[in-house]
Amino acid sequence: MPLKLFNEPSPLETKVVSKRFGLENSHRLDTYLANDGFKAFLKAREMTPEQIVDEVKASALRGRGGAGFPTGLKWSFVPRTSPKPKYIVINADESEPGTCKDRLLMEYDPFQMIEGILIAGLAMDAHKGYLYIRGEYRYIIDHMDKVIAEGYERGYLGKNIAGTGFDFDLYTHSGAGAYECGEETALLDSLEGKRGIPRMKPPFPAVAGAWASPTLLNNVETFSAVPNIILNGGAAFAALGTPKNGGTRLVCISGHVNKPGVYELPLGFPMLKAIYEVAGGIPGGKKLKAVVPGGSSCPFLRADECDIPMDYDTLAKIGSMLGSGGMVVMDETTDMVKVALRVMRFYAHESCGWCIPCREGTTWLRKILQRFDDGGGRHEDVALLGELSRNMLGRTFCALGDAAAMPTISIVDKFAADFEKRLVTVTV
Amino acid sequence: MAETVNLTINGQAIQAEKGKLLIEVARENGISIPAFCYYEGLTLQAACRMCLVEVEKTPKLQVGCTLPVAEGMVVHTESETVQKARKGTLEFLLTNHPLDCPVCDKGGECELQDMVFRYGAGESRFTERKVHTPEKQWSPVVYFDAPRCILCYRCVRVCNEGMGVNALGIGNRGVIAEIVPNHHDHLECDECGACIDICPVGALTSGIYRYQTRPWEMDHIGTICTHCGDGCRTTLGVRNDKIIRGNNRDSSGINGEFLCVKGRYAFDFTEHPERLQSPMMKKNGVFEPVSWSEALATVAGKFTLAKEAGGKFGIIGSNHTTNEENYFLQKFARQGLGTKNIDHHRTGDLTTLFDALSDRGNVLATVGDLYTAKSVLVVANDLSQQHPLLAYQIRANVRHHAAHIYAVTSGPVREDNQATASVRVQKGGELAGVESLRDKLKAEGDLVILFGDAIQGDSLRKLIAFGDSLGIPVKYICLLDYSNSRGAFDMGLVPKDGGMSREQMLAAADLDVLWVVGANPLKTAALASSKAFVVVQDMFMTETAQRADVVLPAASAYEKSGTVTNVCGEVQKLKSAIKVMGAKTDLEISGLIAKEMGLNVGIWLPDKMLEEIRQNVRGYNVPLPVLSTGGAASTAPLNGRVAALPGAVSSAGDTLFTSGTLSRYSKILNSVMEAPGELYGGQAPQKRGQ
Amino acid sequence: MTFSPQLEERFAKMLNAYPVGRKRSAVVPMLIYAQDETGAITPELIEEVARRCEVEPLQVDEVVGYYSMLHRKPLGKYHVQVCTNISCMLVGGEELYQHAKKKLGIGHKEVSADGQFSLEEVECMGACSWAPAVEINYDFHHHVTPQQLDELIDKLSAAKKAH
Repeated sequence: MPLKLFNEPSPLETKVVSKRFGLENSHRLDTYLANDGFKAFLKAREMTPEQIVDEVKASALRGRGGAGFPTGLKWSFVPRTSPKPKYIVINADESEPGTCKDRLLMEYDPFQMIEGILIAGLAMDAHKGYLYIRGEYRYIIDHMDKVIAEGYERGYLGKNIAGTGFDFDLYTHSGAGAYECGEETALLDSLEGKRGIPRMKPPFPAVAGAWASPTLLNNVETFSAVPNIILNGGAAFAALGTPKNGGTRLVCISGHVNKPGVYELPLGFPMLKAIYEVAGGIPGGKKLKAVVPGGSSCPFLRADECDIPMDYDTLAKIGSMLGSGGMVVMDETTDMVKVALRVMRFYAHESCGWCIPCREGTTWLRKILQRFDDGGGRHEDVALLGELSRNMLGRTFCALGDAAAMPTISIVDKFAADFEKRLVTVTV
Repeated sequence: MAETVNLTINGQAIQAEKGKLLIEVARENGISIPAFCYYEGLTLQAACRMCLVEVEKTPKLQVGCTLPVAEGMVVHTESETVQKARKGTLEFLLTNHPLDCPVCDKGGECELQDMVFRYGAGESRFTERKVHTPEKQWSPVVYFDAPRCILCYRCVRVCNEGMGVNALGIGNRGVIAEIVPNHHDHLECDECGACIDICPVGALTSGIYRYQTRPWEMDHIGTICTHCGDGCRTTLGVRNDKIIRGNNRDSSGINGEFLCVKGRYAFDFTEHPERLQSPMMKKNGVFEPVSWSEALATVAGKFTLAKEAGGKFGIIGSNHTTNEENYFLQKFARQGLGTKNIDHHRTGDLTTLFDALSDRGNVLATVGDLYTAKSVLVVANDLSQQHPLLAYQIRANVRHHAAHIYAVTSGPVREDNQATASVRVQKGGELAGVESLRDKLKAEGDLVILFGDAIQGDSLRKLIAFGDSLGIPVKYICLLDYSNSRGAFDMGLVPKDGGMSREQMLAAADLDVLWVVGANPLKTAALASSKAFVVVQDMFMTETAQRADVVLPAASAYEKSGTVTNVCGEVQKLKSAIKVMGAKTDLEISGLIAKEMGLNVGIWLPDKMLEEIRQNVRGYNVPLPVLSTGGAASTAPLNGRVAALPGAVSSAGDTLFTSGTLSRYSKILNSVMEAPGELYGGQAPQKRGQ
Repeated sequence: MTFSPQLEERFAKMLNAYPVGRKRSAVVPMLIYAQDETGAITPELIEEVARRCEVEPLQVDEVVGYYSMLHRKPLGKYHVQVCTNISCMLVGGEELYQHAKKKLGIGHKEVSADGQFSLEEVECMGACSWAPAVEINYDFHHHVTPQQLDELIDKLSAAKKAH
């Protein structure tokens, strides 16, 4: 795969994790070393584990996988002194519809992620890492295998990394097609060779994760943000964003925009500016109708709700989520019945089947929406869709039920007119 | 005393052990929180979401089956929100569950029906097409109807955790996820049917019971399984004098709900077409059916003649007949016929065990002890096959209490999978194998040793000496083959005081009378005396019956009352479930022979005999209320030395799928592909990988 | 069962990647890599993977049914996967999928008569900002128009004929 960029960068970006994107051979170790590579690791080697974790805490970095849990806090949960081996698992199962950033981080700047993993290894006293990559990204797995081989050859993985005496082994691990494996405990079960069914919590992975050992699990982008945080200080990273919402993140803009692409924007960046300036606005000058702020699990926003800064807390305040950074833009011509159907088809397909409400609920909703879209809609379906979604919400084993319910509820509540329009009026 | 917390459930103030699961605390206090996937003793799933409850100060409904109770918790298990949630979940569940209750075996005793009755909506808003897949047959015993399945995973867990067989898994995902068997389209397993009984709905049904009846048309009769020596309680479903099913769904008895393939399904020998239903007498070398009066008169006449002539009697009793029958038989022999020549097929060396332990207290383990012991040592037995209940108890002990298992056997056994240490030995090397575990065993808190027939005589005394040398409390179980082997021994079907052993009787060329009650000694040995008058009481024309002059049709254990004593010395009551035309109980047959001979051996009623046993047999003064309420009463046979007996002790080596004569006449046992199986390796599943 | 030397080498490395006694961890990757070589997950392959990973075949079977990229029946030589999830749908993904059906003359999870092509309507494959996306075997194609899809398919068909 040539390292041609998928989309032109925008001048409005604040490039931190993506700063090496576009450099020649940006994925090679020499390029990385020539551009601040492994300076953070060497610096971290001189720090105490507590200092490393504190620095990450100071950065206000929150998990970039979707849940947005404060990263430093998560790191502090792993019992560093446990006599059991500790593991680091990197969630590269990028599957949330609308999200396509982790593959870029691995493709363009893999050593940045590796350096972040190694720093986590120092902080946790962990010496093995597993990079769980979704099966569809085989080219990334092949690519990472080569990158890791180069890391070993040049002494940046394996024994005595960069002469520091620190050992770390990193392995790629292929998934085989299951959205559910993006959920961290389902991912662990999958890593252990099982069906990707979420685990009961507690115990949390920090205490009993992979192979019942303490495990740190973070998203690719989260690890990729770490070297900069260590090198330039957590405070500097935090200052790029808004309070409690540190730094920048990769926003994947897709749907009805002129320049869809992945852009690195600071937390708190205005959503409308992202749509109209970064992504070049809506084709044909059409009006905005709806936005998915962070992957299809997030409640949809109406156009009039979009004049907001994009940070975790603001999105939470208006009843949605920043999620995984997958922002899907829909123009005024979009048929929200079709959208609701497509979203529910996805969750019904991906429901693992473990618990009753999600397994049966997603399928029932899919069938109603399919019938509706096929022209068999009934007036009472609209209320039923909302009610059934609410019967799933908060009652399922894992968050997938919520992920299916929330967008549906928001669509039915906010775009009821689209449903009414599709009802066939029978006059007798 | 563990730390306790105070909480409130539905306004009721409750004290409970900290960290205990809410669903269990509620149940102990008379509050039932409904659930499909939660099942006492099996791992938690939190999958069915029926046990959601409202806990004050938490935003979402909480899962009752995984929620540990905490101080100050205020719980509502039946609030409007909770009831609405349950209704919603049931509505989801019924979307793909076929409403074929009128033809479903489970109708009338279905947990889903009950749950919908309690919380569900009378009408469904589901108007879409249901997911349907055709029903599958996985074995002669197990059928699976995927659409009915609610995926509670009870079957998977009872098979993996309870049975240690790992024959069931989960295939596909999402709405088409379904239970799958271990061999793609069929099962290779114990065929125990635990998965069927534990299924809350009609997804798993049994090939034996399906479409036979409606559950409310049956009488449910609790009795004791007649196959192996473990003494499982089985509830026979009976309609019109026909046993239609066996299970133990009320979890009564020492086995809880455990049953193996024999206990659950192998009752069909009772209606085998070759079942004897009329006395048979050899006339001119050919068997002819005769009346009971003719047969009894002939037998009584011959017995009287032989007795008067000072002839040599040999009496071989049964491992299956009741204590009352056995006690009556030996009394008949000793008092009525004046002979000491009485024996039965002894399958374990109780003589040496009782003698070696003579006056000690609390050294014979019960079935219950196997669930609480800190460690268990199995010597020379394929326990999961030969004593499936004992093996089940030990597995549960490992799961729930992290007990340690040790196995010293001649080949692989299922116990290896959970064993702290397994030792493979050649025959004769058992004690050396046990000795090699000395250091490990010494470090245990207590120990139960179970031993097979390879340990007898001197070896057994050495094993007990080994136990004594460990310095920890040790209890013993002498493993015996059949449903009342222990009772046969205890009732005195043994050649004590100089009587002839079974082998000696068969070998005596001058034997005048051989009376065989419910045994088949001529299957493996010849009868030396050609002149002997042979009387056989049996259900079938066995090898021994073929040699008989008179064959008297006997009732099976499922057709009689009385008591039996299991391998651990626990006495339990049989309850007659059916009647079979023409057959009589062995007690009645013996009683009628005595009457015909004009002997007074006692009144041949089970209750009268039990009274005599309680007064006369050592260790058998068992409490009647325990027996009559379906409980197991422990005997106390250790009070004094026991003299050595002539004759051999040897196990018949039955597998999980054989049971002496009975299994030959059970179509079900012979229909499964695993039958007849073999010990050591025959039924040991592979270990599930980590 | 044996695989190509390259795959055997991969498996040997793979089995060493996990902690001691945890060979089961290799089940999912081993299945997907083996499938690439054998074309489908056969009962024989399940037994083989079970043996290598020291688990029961049922444990492997359970996994095969769970993951959507594992197939019990062979796919076409070229497995054309068209994403119709939300981002792709908004910019013509569904139309592209309908076009692919017509072009190949097969439907969802079907294989062409000559075994060259199979088609699957897939869920989000992580190419949302470059939608609509198609993945043929493991090669991603972004911003795909029906015309481009035709060209891609024609090229693959021609490559076959040239052989």
